[in-house]
Amino acid sequence: MTGISAWGAYIPALRLERSLLGKAWGTPALPGARTVRAGDEDSLTMGVEAALTCLGDRARDDIDAVFFATTTPPYAEKHAAATIAAVLGLRDAMTSDVTGSLRAGAAALRGALDAVDAGTARTALVVAADNRPAEPATAMEQLFGDGAAAVLVTKEAAVEIVSRASNAEDFTGPWRRPGDSYVKTFDPKLETEYGYIRPVGAAAKKALGERTAGAIVGYAPDPRTLAQLSKKLGIEARDALFKTAGNLGAAHALVALAAALDDASVGDRLLLVAQGEGADAFVLEVRASVTSALPVRDQLAAGAPVPTYESYLRSRRLLPSDAAEPKSSTITYWRDRAQALPLIGVRCGNCGTVQFPANRACYECSVFDQMAPVSLQRTGTIFTFTLDHLLGGEYLETPLPRVVVDLDGGGRIFLEMTEVDPSSVAIGDRIEMTFRLLHDGAGFHNYYWKARPPRRAPVRV
Amino acid sequence: MPGIKDRVAIAGVGATRFTEHYEKDHEDLICEAVDEALGDAGVARGDIQAIWAGIYYQFTGLGGPAVADPLKMYGIPVTRVENYCASGMDAFRNACFAVAAGVYDIVLACGVEKITDQGSRGLPNVREGAHPFLPPASAPAMFAMSATRCFDVHGWTKEDLARVAVKNHANGAKHPKAHFRRAITMEDAVNAPEIASPLGRFDCCAVSDGAAAVVITRPEIARTMKHKDDFVVVKANGLSVETANPMYKPGFEYLGFPATQTASRAAYDEAGITDPFEQIDLAEVHDCFTITELLNYEDLGFCKKGEGAAFVRDGLSAPDGPLPVNPSGGLKSFGHPIGATGCRMITEVARQLQGRAEGVQVKDPKIGLAHNLGGPGAVSSVTILGRNDTL
Repeated sequence: MTGISAWGAYIPALRLERSLLGKAWGTPALPGARTVRAGDEDSLTMGVEAALTCLGDRARDDIDAVFFATTTPPYAEKHAAATIAAVLGLRDAMTSDVTGSLRAGAAALRGALDAVDAGTARTALVVAADNRPAEPATAMEQLFGDGAAAVLVTKEAAVEIVSRASNAEDFTGPWRRPGDSYVKTFDPKLETEYGYIRPVGAAAKKALGERTAGAIVGYAPDPRTLAQLSKKLGIEARDALFKTAGNLGAAHALVALAAALDDASVGDRLLLVAQGEGADAFVLEVRASVTSALPVRDQLAAGAPVPTYESYLRSRRLLPSDAAEPKSSTITYWRDRAQALPLIGVRCGNCGTVQFPANRACYECSVFDQMAPVSLQRTGTIFTFTLDHLLGGEYLETPLPRVVVDLDGGGRIFLEMTEVDPSSVAIGDRIEMTFRLLHDGAGFHNYYWKARPPRRAPVRV
Repeated sequence: MPGIKDRVAIAGVGATRFTEHYEKDHEDLICEAVDEALGDAGVARGDIQAIWAGIYYQFTGLGGPAVADPLKMYGIPVTRVENYCASGMDAFRNACFAVAAGVYDIVLACGVEKITDQGSRGLPNVREGAHPFLPPASAPAMFAMSATRCFDVHGWTKEDLARVAVKNHANGAKHPKAHFRRAITMEDAVNAPEIASPLGRFDCCAVSDGAAAVVITRPEIARTMKHKDDFVVVKANGLSVETANPMYKPGFEYLGFPATQTASRAAYDEAGITDPFEQIDLAEVHDCFTITELLNYEDLGFCKKGEGAAFVRDGLSAPDGPLPVNPSGGLKSFGHPIGATGCRMITEVARQLQGRAEGVQVKDPKIGLAHNLGGPGAVSSVTILGRNDTL
């Protein structure tokens, strides 16, 4: 039966202690911390991270559709799914962005299930990511978090989706008009009871029918509302996220699902819920044991604190900056999409030297036209570096580590390094590459790769 | 191949002071340098048959008119030469070749840069329509990555770098046309704010404006001119180009600049130099950063690989040492207006060979070397000059 055969989440590295927000504004603080995307991350880059974790080394040639779900798309016009597909090397995939609703992640999952069931896609990738804008000094600023998840929908899946149900409810709250800076809400009690509990409860009952489930996972605006739903349905709710990550918006349901699946056993039955102008409910049964390479719990445990509230404001572009706009070119960016986004270099047929960007004449033996494309590995070792105090990235602090890296499997590349204590960078350090927003030169988002310390713990034998 | 050895002479030299020339534009600077060079050679503007001008930044000036217009020298060939920071010495090279070819009798090589007019701090990024994801790092960052390697491989330290800065500042303090005429201490250099690790402020040359000019002719003509007794002869020039993107070149060591190694070998071959340390009496080398000067010692064959730090530590490059390097103060202290630097080095070595390097004269030099490096080690030009009693 159609379902989910692989999943992966991305929890950004930075954590903002909610006590820091309480201190900044003199307001009561919720317990725990929220996740914060870095200044060079957005919904698209977080989505790429989740997708790469989800797919791992799996062959990708059967992935016919890519859905990207978010309420915070990087562009109002120009969808992100095509960029994600390009990074993944999926040149022939059907791509769609699903946006405008907290239910976007679930809606994308519905679309993927329909496509695979209908046979229009052999395999469909669903990516959900969000980094919703919360007004400073509000409870939302404390509650919201940033994150992403991806699930791979196939026939004959390890996690079968045995039933599902949906409904629609025109409900104003929360909302954001084009041009609004922050999410708006009106009456929390109305939103909880009529906007969430009633439609989610109805969809859940319809999807479950005579069945029950071991646990509820999925979206709720806050932990109290999730507890209310649990009570109403008489099913335990599993909340892995509110205390350590926050309300992850359109990504919340799939991140919560990924966290639950990381810890699930064969035979478990889960109820996945999502809400936003109505509700979706899915009943999932775990048929085979699958693990994620980077379990959500490990990512949640691995955060680093945002040092100050001011640095959070800066990374969120909430403080004005007159940073110079770097130069760029849409033409160059387009021409290089086939090598830069999926990281395709060339290997010399004469001497075997792997090089990037592509050369027609070999750097090593200078032979002409003997090059064949080769996928570069996204891990390597620092050969040399500098901490550059002169050219920082947009909204990034100096000094900026710049590293020359010898990639595993060949190729040398020059990258900015992110999410690292500059003073700790050393020759011989291992790095992995992470997809980031480099700058906004020429008025568009220039995405590319950076280096960071490896997130993956060494494999324990 | 007859080459250019002993077939080209320097008849006159001129240079502005190198500094922030806020009150002058590039036209003022080129006029000042050329006027001095023509006066030094005892020729008039009308005697010049062709000009090559080293200019790097397009905001300094584009095309031949960047030099022809201020001087009102029209109706003759004027060529702007751009080859990164080696633009100036490449202008000189082209002028020498034209004279050696017998096409012209008297020509001018010059260079100018007016960096402070660009309107922002530091060196501007010149890559218009820059690549979105292969952006160049700052110039200090590109050279700093060599220092990082040398610290790791050779065990060099910030003190090793600082010795170059201290030496060159002490030299520049004595030169009337140097930008920074102040000696510094080891403590100043080592404790300066970091620019691109491990390079600090005193490891980096600053932003300067300036111009330099050289009147070039054949020795037989020079014998009839103002400096008939003490004109200087060109023994050789080597120019070599390597990748501008070493950070993408598999296996690039970052322990030296291959372009300087090949350019100097070519120059030494033509000049008949087999032991540079013994045969060269002074050198003006491209110390855009302190690490560059240490690596230049090695690349130019003054010492073995890995011995650059010891070369300055042992005083071998001191003004009273066996091979004085950058007695002018170098780029570090004299200044580095990009397009002007190559010709400024030629003027400096020529004045040393003529015994008229006021304040910084080294003892009785016969053979001098000038070395200009561009990009992250991408372009290197090495010129050997000699007194005319070496003919």
